[in-house]
Amino acid sequence: MDSYSGKCLAVDLTTRRAEIRALPESLLRSYLGGAGLGTRLLAEWVAPGTAPLSPGNAIVFASSALAGTVAPCSSNHAAVTKSPLTGFLSDSVSSGHWSLSLKRAGYDALIVTGAAESPVYLFVDNEIVHFNTADHLWGRNSQETSEEIRRHLGDDRVRVASIGPAGERLVSYACIDDGYPLSHRGGAGAVMGSKKLKAIAVRGTKAVSVHDRRRLEEASLALHARARTAPAAKRGQSAMLDCLLAINRLGALPTRNFRESSFQGAERLGWEDTAGYRPLKTSACPSCPIACRHLLQVVGGPYAGAAATLDYQTLAALGPLCGIDDMPAILKAAELCQRYGMDTVSTGGSIAWAMESFERGLFTKEDTGQVDLSFGRADALIEMVKQIGELKGIGDLLAEGTRRASAKLGRGSEQWAMHSKGLELSGCDPRIVEDQALWSAVGLQAEPRDCPPCRGSAADLPANAASRNKAREDQAALFASLMICDQMSDCLQDFLSEAATLYGSATGVELSPVELERTGERVSALKKYFNVREGWKRTDDWLPPRLLEVTASRKKAKSGVLSEPKLKAMLDGYYEARGWTAEGLIPLKKVKELRLDDLPAMVKED
Amino acid sequence: MERRYVQCDRDKCTGCMICQFICSAAKEGSFNLERSRIHVIQTAPHSVTATACQFCRNHPCIKACPRDALRTDEATHTLKLDKARCAGCGCCIEACPFGAITLDDSTKSVIVCDLCFNQGQPRCIEACPQKALSLYVSRRQQ
Repeated sequence: MDSYSGKCLAVDLTTRRAEIRALPESLLRSYLGGAGLGTRLLAEWVAPGTAPLSPGNAIVFASSALAGTVAPCSSNHAAVTKSPLTGFLSDSVSSGHWSLSLKRAGYDALIVTGAAESPVYLFVDNEIVHFNTADHLWGRNSQETSEEIRRHLGDDRVRVASIGPAGERLVSYACIDDGYPLSHRGGAGAVMGSKKLKAIAVRGTKAVSVHDRRRLEEASLALHARARTAPAAKRGQSAMLDCLLAINRLGALPTRNFRESSFQGAERLGWEDTAGYRPLKTSACPSCPIACRHLLQVVGGPYAGAAATLDYQTLAALGPLCGIDDMPAILKAAELCQRYGMDTVSTGGSIAWAMESFERGLFTKEDTGQVDLSFGRADALIEMVKQIGELKGIGDLLAEGTRRASAKLGRGSEQWAMHSKGLELSGCDPRIVEDQALWSAVGLQAEPRDCPPCRGSAADLPANAASRNKAREDQAALFASLMICDQMSDCLQDFLSEAATLYGSATGVELSPVELERTGERVSALKKYFNVREGWKRTDDWLPPRLLEVTASRKKAKSGVLSEPKLKAMLDGYYEARGWTAEGLIPLKKVKELRLDDLPAMVKED
Repeated sequence: MERRYVQCDRDKCTGCMICQFICSAAKEGSFNLERSRIHVIQTAPHSVTATACQFCRNHPCIKACPRDALRTDEATHTLKLDKARCAGCGCCIEACPFGAITLDDSTKSVIVCDLCFNQGQPRCIEACPQKALSLYVSRRQQ
């Protein structure tokens, strides 16, 4: 198969050995790459029941067939590991130069297992792997680490993915900074930190040869042209803020830890009011025609000079969720998250939980270091981000994520811990947007950077909510395995056949749209397989109690009444649509149908 | 002599490297960013741009070549390389103020932008999704 190298690099940090292994063609064909291939390899390399932060856990970086080519938004990789935040699978997609380097170094996947005794960083120089000491880098942020490594190695072509101080301190939602600081939810950074692996530097200089270059170029350039027209072009320019305003108008913007679902200060965060900050640069990942990274910089005021790339989810979590309508403060908080290397959505969620606990008197000023931790206090937000990053004061507790923090604090604080399976909820209220309820409760796929209501028309999706969720999940799984960025979804008119063309011209393997659809379902089922193996129960697919309360005002509004029986019925319908059992397990028949039966048996006979 | 080159508007350039992908594919037949005739470079912490051969008036590369392998081509307004003469010594690479000449490791000769003279307009200009690239033409006499 062209484009794939058919090789993976397995690195054991305990024994300091690296080995290049062949990946069978059947595996690549069945799982394509990215999240699919990564999950498959993780299931193989990690024993059931392994603790996420133990040396036994692995972190798999998986590339794809389209990476390193001109196919639109294709320079991505997936980082797959067992999450310290949820205890289940975490697959997060990121994009940028590091992804490109990994592919050009000649690997379809990089598997890291074991743990080093003292800090190390890996330098993958095409075929050669160096284990270098990282003592001098420990404690430094990702940007400094990247600069220092590139300076030391003396080559700008070296690209670095590294963890910040939060990853070293095992903050449960620490992320990996590979040049795009806002990716990797679920604590992959903490897994790297537990392995004492500060960074992975890659120099990839190989060519990527594809099966039919002209056809790939033609198909890609046609998609590039489409990406320049609305709505995708708009997505590039102001998607984030438009999305915020649209969701607020819909009344689905989680505000003050989901106590409310519309935010008075939203207009202040919109494009209309750009006082206090300015756009510094819009940049794109390799081969991306959209350019969604907007670097914004604060001018004047107490946070002058702070600069950060924002996406919708970051804005929603650090802004309205904490009751904050001060853009410079949000930018400062996002910049700090980036410096420490923490996921902004979980950071915002944890701080919102702490703010509510403070207002209810569960935390006092003594706990918070004399900070008035009320909703809407920008200075408190920034101080809390620092405390989490440094594990100081209540930051030590918040670094565990809302699920464990609320279990430790007790006193009813579980009632307002807004998470599903430990992962903090994203910026779209499930009470208002029905699709979001099922998506968040099941939580099989990583959250897109924007929200379902903002995601084009749903005309071609099934009318039934359960089938629609299945279709959305499978499509997301396919995107994450083909490794086409979800930002591209608007530009594809007939997703399956267009994806089949791109894949076929790159690899020479023609998959029919039906086969691709089936692959999406297979990857979804594989993720479920992994979670069941790690102790998933039906009760794990659930939403926080706050979202299921039926209050008088909600009844009066006639919209957004989500209740326990309703969610249960939705889940029943969803498992049925998937062909799973009523307990949400995958029956043997389905396992065979999806050709997952080469994995060790774990699903009970139906 | 008329001066022509691919110029880049750095305010529009997002650093997506599509020009590099397309150039290497058009010239080398595979996606190999090292063998592109145009390169995305960082000019300041938050500024990127793409550069290719600027066809300088005084041609420092031609003057630097010890084997007279480079010359100007009047018809296409580009540099022409005599591959048989080029030994891959890299003198032209050092002399180029724009870093626009690259050494091809496999053939040990240099590669430089030819404005896709046999394919109409340069492919990178067509492909740039941000319309940041354009063809600069000057008729000023030397």
